[in-house]
This record gives sequence, structure tokens and C-alpha cells, in this order.
Amino acid sequence: MEDLYSMLMQDVRFEEGLNACMNCGVCTGICPAAEYYNYDPRRVVDLVQTRNNDIILGLLKSETIWYCGQCMSCKTRCPRGNTPGLVIMALRKVSQQLGYFTESEKGRQQLAIKRTVGENILNHGYCVASYLVSPENHPEQGPVWEHVYNNLGDVLARCGGELNGKEGPTRKITDDVLQELKNIFDETGATKHYAAIEKASESKAAELGMEFKSQGTDFEYFRFIVSAESGDHQKEEIRREEYAVSR
Amino acid sequence: MQLAGKQRIWAEYQKEVPDDHFFYVRSCIRQTFFPGSEQIFLKIMRDDLGKDVKEDPRHTTCTGIGYHGDVVPFETISTVVARQFSLATEAGYKNIAISCVTSFGIYTEILETWKHFPELLAQTRDSLYKATGRTFELPESIAHASDIIYKFRDEIARKAKVNLADVTTGKPLKVVEHIGCHYAKMFPKHGFGGAEFPHVLIGMVESWGGEIIDYPERRHCCGFGFRQYLVQANRGYSLSASRKKFESMEPYQPDMIVANCPGCAMFMDRWQYVIKESDGIAYGVSGTGIPVLTYEEMAGLVLGYDPWILGMQYHNVQSLSLLRKMGIKADPARRFLAKDGSRLPEPANLVNG
Repeated sequence: MEDLYSMLMQDVRFEEGLNACMNCGVCTGICPAAEYYNYDPRRVVDLVQTRNNDIILGLLKSETIWYCGQCMSCKTRCPRGNTPGLVIMALRKVSQQLGYFTESEKGRQQLAIKRTVGENILNHGYCVASYLVSPENHPEQGPVWEHVYNNLGDVLARCGGELNGKEGPTRKITDDVLQELKNIFDETGATKHYAAIEKASESKAAELGMEFKSQGTDFEYFRFIVSAESGDHQKEEIRREEYAVSR
Repeated sequence: MQLAGKQRIWAEYQKEVPDDHFFYVRSCIRQTFFPGSEQIFLKIMRDDLGKDVKEDPRHTTCTGIGYHGDVVPFETISTVVARQFSLATEAGYKNIAISCVTSFGIYTEILETWKHFPELLAQTRDSLYKATGRTFELPESIAHASDIIYKFRDEIARKAKVNLADVTTGKPLKVVEHIGCHYAKMFPKHGFGGAEFPHVLIGMVESWGGEIIDYPERRHCCGFGFRQYLVQANRGYSLSASRKKFESMEPYQPDMIVANCPGCAMFMDRWQYVIKESDGIAYGVSGTGIPVLTYEEMAGLVLGYDPWILGMQYHNVQSLSLLRKMGIKADPARRFLAKDGSRLPEPANLVNG
């Protein structure tokens, strides 16, 4: 098996993010994810610094590493200059490189991010654009968004822009520029990273006996990964509150 | 520690923002949800302040949401950012003005990494050249666009048509300021006032007549959390973090929230709608929602721009009562018109109608 700690050390974010953790727990105290999920960044960092391959393997297959929201509040506070959020980013990268992310409910969601934001970048030149945020998939965006989405050209024009125009907000990114982005992705490892996510996801779908398509978002495995919720992720008190609200 | 000591600490976190000649890079989220804000920023800079701001339509996303969603590698985002620098170099600009707080955090992270690991800068130069034939010079300065408005806040105050005050009583509006986490939590020295006492929005609000509310969860994340919002099953995380902030600010009866990060402004608007719909709760005075403004919208109002051209109607929490309080005459019937004046179907069920 690969020396997982060495793999982590190849990531500059890991080198920057972990000096020596003294386990004070300030990161956990400030962490929004630790307040919501069964999550303890102090514990994650402590496990990683054991350098034990089996322990790190356990993390790569776990739900735990997918709870962080990367607000990086931990970086400000750590008295030793560590950044648990960067350690998490390095763990997630290796988990995807080696295909372990499909072993957890939260990790499997990476295919959804790749198929949406990841592909938006290459197809449109944006992570997000108004025409990609459908009210159907985003009910939380509310009635005003439905209005904006249904009247995009008019809304943009009123604010001084032009949908798919030559410049300004939501301008059309031209094919030659998209090709430059594609070349950068090929040259710097993103294309390979995307392929690793696809390959492991397809294998997991086969293992689960679910339909998988090589493109798009309308297939059984995709619907499964974006909606699956075991109910085991959140802190008990949060679950209790939700129970009280639902009653 | 005494307050004077804390003020000394934040005073150390100052940054140089150039006077003029900026290369502007847009934000995926701001252009999507607040397209009027980027347009008014450019208008204020060019028309009100007489500054030179260059925008090259060939600039793209920085890929930041993909990066923090863990699908875009560090090497890739570094090279995409290097491509933006290449466009600035080509146009002869050395000062980068960044619309998005996520992007701003990424630019700071990349520049700091290159400082500590020069071999990665060399590798990025090589990758960019191989992929696109482009070269670049490092910028002399990077600023979040809110830093620039902060720098010129007194000049804006001198041109103000409206103050952040109750026009009837003359009392200052009570304002919650929310700073996007990636503005200064990662690299405090890149933010005015650092991470603990960020002054970038306080400075604007106080210069323009408002009063800042200090509340317990002032520095808590809005809850975007990247994958925690992007994936449907995780959105409870995002909602829960915003809710914690609303509950914490509610007793102080804020008139408005202002944010320098487009994602934060959008989430704090959207989640108020969701909480109103699901639990019937609103956090403003007398059961109203709290309008959430971008700092560009706030600056635009102060300078007397039409709220409907700023795009303030494209928020779930409507701001009609806030505008009335400020003495701004804004006809609600003109909110949802097309540019040519024709009437578009009006959205129903907005917060504060």
C-alpha cells in the first residue's frame, strides 16, 4: 500500500497546514462544522500526526473529512500556526486520487460537485452563472430568484448588463478562452483528477447496482448521492432540535 | 485587555491600496445574484471618483468554488489565477481589484504560497506557458473591491446625497456588518483591521452616518461551506449557521445587514426567506425581515443612485421600509420592470413585500 503520509506531504497545503499540534482544541471551539456535525478537527489533526498508515487510511474512507466547510476560521486561531482546514483539503485530495471517497456517504457527493461546478468551469468559464441555478433544484432561492431566472435578459439589462454579451456580468466566455482553461486543466492535473472521480464513482454505482451515466445529472446514482442522508452526521443536540421543530 | 490595547493591535493591520489604475476581476456569485452591484462599483469608481478601471472580458472564473469544493487542484487554480495576471500584464496594469471574497482569499493564498515556495511560482509560470503561451508579472498590489471603496469612503461621504440615518429622527441606522471569512481569516495582514477587528465595512458605515452593532456571533461564518451548500443533502449546515447569526443579532434590532462577500449577502437573504416560510420567524423589528445589502448597494444608495437600478429588488427580503426610513423615494410599482419600462410578472411572497 502507498505511504499515505508521504502522499499528504506532497501537497503544499499539508506542509503549510500542519506543524505540530498540541491538541488544545481551539480549532474545534471556533469551527462552525464542529457545531453542526459530529466533527472534531482537533482529533483529525491528531490522528494525522500519528503518521500511522492504517489510521490515515481510515480517515480517507471516513465521513469525517467531508464535514469541514473551509471557512478557515481555524487558521486565524491556532496558537501553533496550524490550519486543520488545509490538512482536510490535502486528505480530500488523496481520498479522491485513490478512490476512497466513495466509501462514505458524504465523500460520494464529490461526483455531484464535479458534474456541476467542475463542468461549469470548462463549459461556461464560470463556477456558477444565473442560467445554471434552476429554481427547481434551488427552492431555497425563493420567489425573487424564480423571477430573475425567468427574466434573465431583462433583469441584467436593467442593471446595465447583457446576458451572454461581449462584456460585463454573465458575458459569454468565448471558445478560445474556454480552450485555454481546458489546456490549463490538462497541464496541471485537474483533468486527471476529474477522471479519478468519475472512475471511482462508476465502480461504486456498479457495486451498488445503480444506473450510472457518463454525462449529466439525470440518473439514479447521481440522485442517490445528492439526496442520501443517513441521519448519523449531525450532533445529537442538533438532531433533537430538528425533531422538536418537526413535531 | 483594555480596549485601547485592542485598538493598537488592529491598527497594525493596515494595507496599502493604490490611488488609481485597477484591473478588475468579477465574481461568479456576485455577477449572478447581484449583477447591479458590480456595475455600480464600476460606475462609482469611474464617474464619481474619476478612477481608471480596466476590465478584460477574457478573464474567467478563478475556479475558487471548484477549488474549495475539492475538485480543482491547487496547481490548477494557481495557473488560472496566473492567467488573470497575464491579462493584467498585457494591459499594463499592476493593481488587481477583486470583486469576490472567495477569489480574494485565493489570490492571497497563492501569492503567499509563491513567496514561501518560489519553485511553485516557477512551476506555475511553466504550466501557464505550456498551456496558453502566456507569461505574467506579479501584481504590485491586490485589493478586494471593498478595500477600494473603504479607501475612498470620505470622498464618497462628501458627495453623499443620503445618509445612513433615519430621515425623521436623525438617528443613525443600526447596521450589522458581515465580513466574508476569506477576506482576512486566512491572512489577516491582507485585510483592513485583520481578522478580529476588520474595519473595511465599519469604516464605510460610520463615514456615511450609520452605527455598527456589536453582537456575539459577529464573526461567525454565514454557513456557505462550499460543499455544504452545493450538495442538496448538506444544506442544513448552511441554514443552521446563518440562523445562529440571526438569533444572535435579533435583540439589537438591526435596520440592515451589509456584507462584503457576495455569497454571504446571498445566503443571509435566502435563509431569511426559508426560515420565514418554514417557521414563520423574522428577525427584524416588528416581525419584518432584515434587508441584506452588498456594500456596493449601500454606497450606491448613499450617492443617490436609483435603488431599482442597483438591483435591490432582486433580494427576497425587500428594502422598501428601509429606503423610506432613509428618505429615499422609491416607487414600489417600478421594481419589477424591464429596461424599456414594460411590466414583468411580479414575484409573490417576498419578505417585507
